[in-house]
Amino acid sequence: MDGFVPLNHYLLLSATLFVIGVLGVLLRRNVIVVFMSVEIMLNAVNISLIAFDHYLNNSDGQVFSFMVMCVAAAEVSVGLAIIIAMFRNKPTVNLDEFNILKW
Amino acid sequence: MLNLACLVPIFPLIGSIINGFFGLRIGKNAVGKVACGSVALSFLTVLLMFASLLFTPAEERLFEQVLFTWMAAGDFAVEFGFQIDPLSMVMMLVVTGVGSLIHIYSIGYMHEEYSYYRYFAYLNLFMFSMLLQVKGNNFLIMLIGWEGVGVSSYFLIGYYFEKKSACDAGVKAFVVNRIGDFAFLLAIMYIFNIFGTIDFSDVMHMAPEKLIYDSEAVTIICLLLFIGATGKSAQIPLYTWLPDAMEGPTPVSALIHAATMVTAGVYMVVRCNVLFELAPLVMLTVAFIGGTTALMAATIGMTQYDIKRVLAYSTVSQIGYMFLACGVGAYTAAIFHLVTHAFFKACLFLGSGSVIHGIHGEQDMRKMGGLKKQLPITYMTFLISTFAIAGIFPLSGFFSKDEILYHALMDGNIILWGMGATGALLTAFYMFRLVFMTFWGESRVDPDVHPHESPKVMTMPLMILAGLATVGGLLGIPLVHGWHALHNWLEPVLHFDLASALEHSKHMLHANGEHAPSWGHLLVEPEHNVWVEVSLMLLSLGIAITGIVGAYYCYVKKPDLPGKFIKGQWGYDLVNNKYGIDELYDETVVKPTVVGSFFLWKTADQKGIDGGVNAVANTIGWFSKQARVFQSGFVRNYALFMVMGFLVLLILMF
Amino acid sequence: MFLTFLTFLPLIGAMGLAFIPKEKEGMIKQVAVAVAAADFLLSLQLYAGFDMSTHLMQFEYSIAWIPSFGVNYHVGIDGISLLLYIMTTFLTLICIIASWSVKKRVKEYMIAMLALSTGMLGVFISLDIFLFYVFWEFQLVPMYLLIGIWGGPRRIYAAVKFFLYTAVGSLLMLVAIIWMYFEVQQQTGVLTTDLMYITENLNIGLDAQKWLFMAFFLAFAIKVPMFPFHTWLPDAHVEAPTAGSVILAGVLLKMGTYGFLRFNLPLFPFASNVFMEYIAWMAIIGIVYGALVAMVQEDLKKLVAYSSVSHLGFVMLGIFAFNHYGLQGALLQNLNHGISTSALFLLVGMIYDRRHTRLISEFGGLAKIIPVYTICFMIVTLSSIGLPGTNGFVGEFLVLLGIFQADGMMAMVATSGVIFAACYMLWMFQRVMFLKLDNPKNENMEDMNCRELITIVPLIILIFWIGFYPKPFMKTFEPTVEHLMTRVSPDNFRPKKHNDEHHATAVDKHEESSSHSEKPKEKSHH
Repeated sequence: MDGFVPLNHYLLLSATLFVIGVLGVLLRRNVIVVFMSVEIMLNAVNISLIAFDHYLNNSDGQVFSFMVMCVAAAEVSVGLAIIIAMFRNKPTVNLDEFNILKW
Repeated sequence: MLNLACLVPIFPLIGSIINGFFGLRIGKNAVGKVACGSVALSFLTVLLMFASLLFTPAEERLFEQVLFTWMAAGDFAVEFGFQIDPLSMVMMLVVTGVGSLIHIYSIGYMHEEYSYYRYFAYLNLFMFSMLLQVKGNNFLIMLIGWEGVGVSSYFLIGYYFEKKSACDAGVKAFVVNRIGDFAFLLAIMYIFNIFGTIDFSDVMHMAPEKLIYDSEAVTIICLLLFIGATGKSAQIPLYTWLPDAMEGPTPVSALIHAATMVTAGVYMVVRCNVLFELAPLVMLTVAFIGGTTALMAATIGMTQYDIKRVLAYSTVSQIGYMFLACGVGAYTAAIFHLVTHAFFKACLFLGSGSVIHGIHGEQDMRKMGGLKKQLPITYMTFLISTFAIAGIFPLSGFFSKDEILYHALMDGNIILWGMGATGALLTAFYMFRLVFMTFWGESRVDPDVHPHESPKVMTMPLMILAGLATVGGLLGIPLVHGWHALHNWLEPVLHFDLASALEHSKHMLHANGEHAPSWGHLLVEPEHNVWVEVSLMLLSLGIAITGIVGAYYCYVKKPDLPGKFIKGQWGYDLVNNKYGIDELYDETVVKPTVVGSFFLWKTADQKGIDGGVNAVANTIGWFSKQARVFQSGFVRNYALFMVMGFLVLLILMF
Repeated sequence: MFLTFLTFLPLIGAMGLAFIPKEKEGMIKQVAVAVAAADFLLSLQLYAGFDMSTHLMQFEYSIAWIPSFGVNYHVGIDGISLLLYIMTTFLTLICIIASWSVKKRVKEYMIAMLALSTGMLGVFISLDIFLFYVFWEFQLVPMYLLIGIWGGPRRIYAAVKFFLYTAVGSLLMLVAIIWMYFEVQQQTGVLTTDLMYITENLNIGLDAQKWLFMAFFLAFAIKVPMFPFHTWLPDAHVEAPTAGSVILAGVLLKMGTYGFLRFNLPLFPFASNVFMEYIAWMAIIGIVYGALVAMVQEDLKKLVAYSSVSHLGFVMLGIFAFNHYGLQGALLQNLNHGISTSALFLLVGMIYDRRHTRLISEFGGLAKIIPVYTICFMIVTLSSIGLPGTNGFVGEFLVLLGIFQADGMMAMVATSGVIFAACYMLWMFQRVMFLKLDNPKNENMEDMNCRELITIVPLIILIFWIGFYPKPFMKTFEPTVEHLMTRVSPDNFRPKKHNDEHHATAVDKHEESSSHSEKPKEKSHH
């Protein structure tokens, strides 16, 4: 089992996915896409957690990844609710329109 | 009997409280009764005390009554106590006696007023303060009364508060008085600094032992005290408030601005005679200020047309005489003149009030004339008092003024005497100018006005005061030694042993390793020369008669003469404008203060200090504004910063 | 324990108010008055039980609060704080009665007032520096809210200015407190913030004393306020509601002078002596400057505010005269200012309620239509001028007497404030009360009503009481002042062979004071 896929490959995948997520958050204007990018980042972390877990032969990582998935689920529900609330105020999903944090 | 002392000021205080708070409810009649009754009660009490003092041996005529400790801090303790001695007794008799008469007169004079009760409340408050002032056994109790009379006078001058001139005059009087009080306060503090007490009897007792004759300390103290006195007693340079104070009701002018309050300065100087005796330089100043004031006020008095203003300047001038007397060490003469002046000047003021009352509020002498037929009693009493102030034998003013002039020549110098004598000439002139313009000649009264004699309640006090002005001279018959009743009476207070004081001073100077100057010549007593005195009397009688004749010539014989004479004379204009002193003070003191205050407020405070503070706030605000660029409001940007920060951290770690 | 109860009673009351529905305004007011009245009446018990023969702290109570940092809850009062404490409860009561006409957010208003009361009372009793600092900052908040919510048109500016000014000063004070905290630990090995312990055991070198003094000085001088730090005061007073102004003038400013007496003088006696002359001159400038600027004000409240600057100048001058008369006078003048100026603000508030303006030019001739009000105003004005027979005189005279002992020149300049006081007060009085009634809006003004009389009459009684018989008040100061004098008297720091050549005539006056100079403070020569 050990030799088939080395740890580095998992980590590389995880890092790639994470960077994709970050770039998505930074560059895209659509709220939904940004939100999905955030999920990608979370899943990237999950991958690395599972990989380390397997590599180190304990189950801490699995526990953490479950934790992350739960939080992600909660976050999705809250996040989507916020997005809907925002959408009611301003019929758009373009993030550039939502800059009233600055006064 | 002397234990009644504490009651004397309390009666008017109670009267004042009753009238002030319930005056509107109890009605005019009751207000008048309460006010006069309370003062009359005080007067009776004072009479009782006087009797008991009279039967005490002369050396024991000092009674102190301590009510409670007023303030105490460390070794500083002031008692709220009264001191009854011959000097304060004289003052109390004058204050309550003349005060009662004027209260009675006021019932008639103020009858038409709506706020009758307010007037009497103030007047009673004045009596209370004045009595405190003359009775206090230390400087601070005196100061309570001293400022209390100032406040009462402020209220009474501004009694007609809807008139701007009256209000301004009130404030002016109070503020000018305060300048004097400022000096008085400093003097008290200095005295405490040196003596460790401010009790009159202790201070006067210790003064010759603690103060060096003619030293800096005693000179400063006396100078400060005297400045205080000039404020209250309207002397140069602080006299300007008194003529303006005539805005008040006339009885007030009679009581406060002629008979009692303005003489408080004289009382204070006499009270502190021991200190003044130790400061010859200040004595000289006092004498010269007094003489100059007497002369200057008299010249202004000659040019005024407002009947009350003439009397006001005459008051300033007469108080100048009293200070002249103090300055040459003739304290008895000063108090003597104070008493007689209280009689005749009160009578004159009340008489002028009666005139004003009779012709319905007119005060300009050019609109009077020929009133002696319509106002016979007023005229007679007025004439008697005028003779008294002019110094005609045997009326009271003759004796008191001559005593002052005699001492000015013998104890002072010829210049002082010259000032006094010239002042006497002018006094006789302008007082008779007043009489002739008001009561003689043709009537210039408004034809619609029908002059009438005042009611009895007003003429009675006039007659009593005129009687007192006539016989008041008996208090101090000169010439024969021992006949001078007032002198004998005041002797315990005024006793001052210069020789032993000089001895003490010498010791103290020696202790400090300094040499005492030779003071021997100071101890030579000038001889009492009856013949000099008699000739001086005749001389001043001649002066007075010259003045009267001059006035008769100018205002009865040839009434158009003065008009021709004064036309276009710059000197006359100067005097008529009161030497421009008011304007001078306005320009040099009042205006710069106001302008300076505006500068302080608008420029120093708002632009300077507040501007500086706001500038700091604005600078911080400016920097924040620059930092705001980073807060774009886009979540994406914040995320970018996070990523960049993370990257930086990563780079730093490896 | 009693002291703690008294101090927190208003706060408990405020919490109780929170449970009353906000529609029941009458009930809210009644409860607030009841709490304040109870607090005041109970605080009189302090005076009754106060031992006037000792300078030691009384009604002391101490319990560990944060033991790991050595912070205690330590409270107690002595002669300096006793009357300030009672005055605070008294003025709180008066202010709540005077706020009957508040319409906006009555519940929150009363809660703020009561909380403020607790904060102020706490400042006066804290004997632990940390506790003191907590209360010092705590009372800022309700006051900030009072100005910021119930104030006039520029209330936000004024409230922020008030807050920032005080905060700037107190932060430096915090630094100094922390420094002392570590210093005392280093010197004695005890970890404590107890003021009594620090005062007794901390030896501070001269340089350090100077710096610490300046840090505390800034905090308190801003609060007093002394001359160049005073500009927050007129703004705060003008914008604050009537009761806010009264509390501000009557109590908050006193916290500054109290701080000097409780911290600066006992903790840094040598630095105090070094700075004495400068501070005295600052105070004198304040006296004259405040009076002059007050003279030309157009707004009644601003005028009173600047007169406060002048009066507090007298208090500071008395403190820094460093002798009995000055200190006692300063303490008394502290009370006097609280009484007279509070009364003035109340009176100004009354005509503001009726006319909604405070501009002097809008008034004139009021004496004719509102005589009772005029009498009250007159008495308070005279007290503010410092007329003998009113409270103002006793304090001012003692202060001046004290400073005269120190320096005649200073006394002279300071005494001139008496003249200016007469100028600005009487001029204002004339323009408001006298002259013709020519503004038709004033014609229907009503005279004082019963509630307003209740707020003013006690103050007027106090004015005359202190004016004629100040003994019951002054004797509470005596032992404490005595004790303070032994610490800070300039004689402790003078070179030993000091002889008064310039007072050649006043020889034996100074004999007793020179006997003190036998025991110079050893700690001051580090």
